[in-house]
Amino acid sequence: MKIVGRAWCFGDHVDTDLIIPGRYLNVSDRDELAKHCFADLRPEFVRDLSPGDVVVAGVNFGCGSSREQAPLAMKAAGVGAVVAKGFARIFYRNAFNIGLPILESEEAAEQIGEGKRVSIDLSTGAIVETGNGTCFSARPIPDFMRAILKQGGLVNYLKSTGGRI
Amino acid sequence: MAMTITEKILAAHAGKDNVSPGELVRVNVDLALANDITAPLAIEVFEGLGTGQVFDKEKIALVPDHFVPNKDMQSAQQVKLTREFAQRHGIRHFFELGQAGIEHVILPEKGLVVPGELVIGADSHTCTYGALGAFSTGVGSTDLGAIMATGMTWLKVPSSIRLIYEGVLPPWVGGKDLILHTLGLLGVSGAVYRALEFTGEVVGELSMSDRLTMANMAVEAGAKNGIFEPDGIAEEYMAGRSDRTGIFFKSDPDAVYEKEFRIRVDDMGPQVALPHSPDRVRPIDEIGTVPLDQVFLGSCTNGRLEDLRDAAVLLEGRRVAVGIRFIVIPGSPLIYREAIEEGIIQTFLDAGAVIGPPCCGPCLGGHMGILAEGERALSTSNRNFMGRMGHPGSEVYLASPVVAAASAVEGRIASPAEL
Repeated sequence: MKIVGRAWCFGDHVDTDLIIPGRYLNVSDRDELAKHCFADLRPEFVRDLSPGDVVVAGVNFGCGSSREQAPLAMKAAGVGAVVAKGFARIFYRNAFNIGLPILESEEAAEQIGEGKRVSIDLSTGAIVETGNGTCFSARPIPDFMRAILKQGGLVNYLKSTGGRI
Repeated sequence: MAMTITEKILAAHAGKDNVSPGELVRVNVDLALANDITAPLAIEVFEGLGTGQVFDKEKIALVPDHFVPNKDMQSAQQVKLTREFAQRHGIRHFFELGQAGIEHVILPEKGLVVPGELVIGADSHTCTYGALGAFSTGVGSTDLGAIMATGMTWLKVPSSIRLIYEGVLPPWVGGKDLILHTLGLLGVSGAVYRALEFTGEVVGELSMSDRLTMANMAVEAGAKNGIFEPDGIAEEYMAGRSDRTGIFFKSDPDAVYEKEFRIRVDDMGPQVALPHSPDRVRPIDEIGTVPLDQVFLGSCTNGRLEDLRDAAVLLEGRRVAVGIRFIVIPGSPLIYREAIEEGIIQTFLDAGAVIGPPCCGPCLGGHMGILAEGERALSTSNRNFMGRMGHPGSEVYLASPVVAAASAVEGRIASPAEL
């Protein structure tokens, strides 16, 4: 599966309060959550995002609260994937569970600039900055996690295994 | 094979003799927890799985605490959905307003967690129960929904970081200062995917309340769990709360740690985390004059009776400074009642504080004390991210209950030693 979009660059330690502030957690509706994605940090994010755009960030992306509304809001807003130097552990699980592709690559996160075109091949983990052709490879993910992602999330995965974790 | 306490608990719940860091294990869950923010999504996942019934109606706790008493219509719908699910499935530990308080205060208080257990909660501060010698960690709603259906989850065994606290605690320094200081040392990503093990002679002297405060903030360093070896203090705390005694696991003397930090406490003063990160920690005498608009005493970090008692001692015969809004929220109905009986609430009221009903309050910017643009608060809670308690242009400083009390009186961040 290929993801193609523009890069939106963020720094280190982007917490889930920044991805979706606490005051918007009174609903579970994905489209409603999507309206407030990065509301305080980058108010233009939802308005200017094109489906498939890629969030590029530093270390510890998604730290803080366990709110699954954070990856849900990003996915519903149209984010194609997140490329970061590293992820906080609860966000990492949540993203796989709900089927939001996330990739770890220090080099890609370091070098891809704001607004650059990015193409990602999820089956190989290849991240390409299409403007200059630079190719980066994401850190491989465990087979078990890959199976979850392939099924589109934990619910479908569990259905495919007959409820066995 | 030598193992840490974390590894032993995970091995026991995976049905294995031993486990090593990095290993993926499938574990049985003793208690699954969700709140009014995370339960509705977990219920949706549970229903999507189509098992029809929960794995064990005695082993699920649902605690509406974030936006209760319902702050608006949407929140009311979320709680209603959670309540109806609990009724439909006969969930024993659903806490209705009047019995409910902050999830991480309520569960230990009611004896729902005992040493050696494995608790998974759809809330990042589920790591609090490490204070009792349990393995506990936070997940998202989908993982929790799957646990409600299967009673199991998968975990990667974390490597452990040992923190050794040595010396004698000076006056006005407690669990909150120790954990803030430790966060300053580790940084907010210093323990990502790791277990934090709190040890040393100082820890042996700490009350359960102080331990709960410290384990609560393990996640602020990115840790999977924070844990204390259960001892006599844990045993004493458990007495009368639960008829289960639990298993008192201890780390083997030759267990392997990824890192070790020795922390001398003799010269430590009260610690303060500056905006907008819990690891921007400085000793209070190095932060200069910081005028405040609001002080919040409460939360799953510092909303227990000991916290209120410590603050009340300083407020006795004193008044909250003009222009300061001092908000106090007891963590549970029992704490509220005991605080009334001890005269603590009277002291707060006489000083000019406002008392809220047991809930998370303004900690996560939900309700009961939201900050306006440019306002500055000191809070005993655990996070001071940008916009955490209100407007993105507001600021939150984190500190202990005694610093909160002193600061409310002085109208600026103040050490209790100044009073």
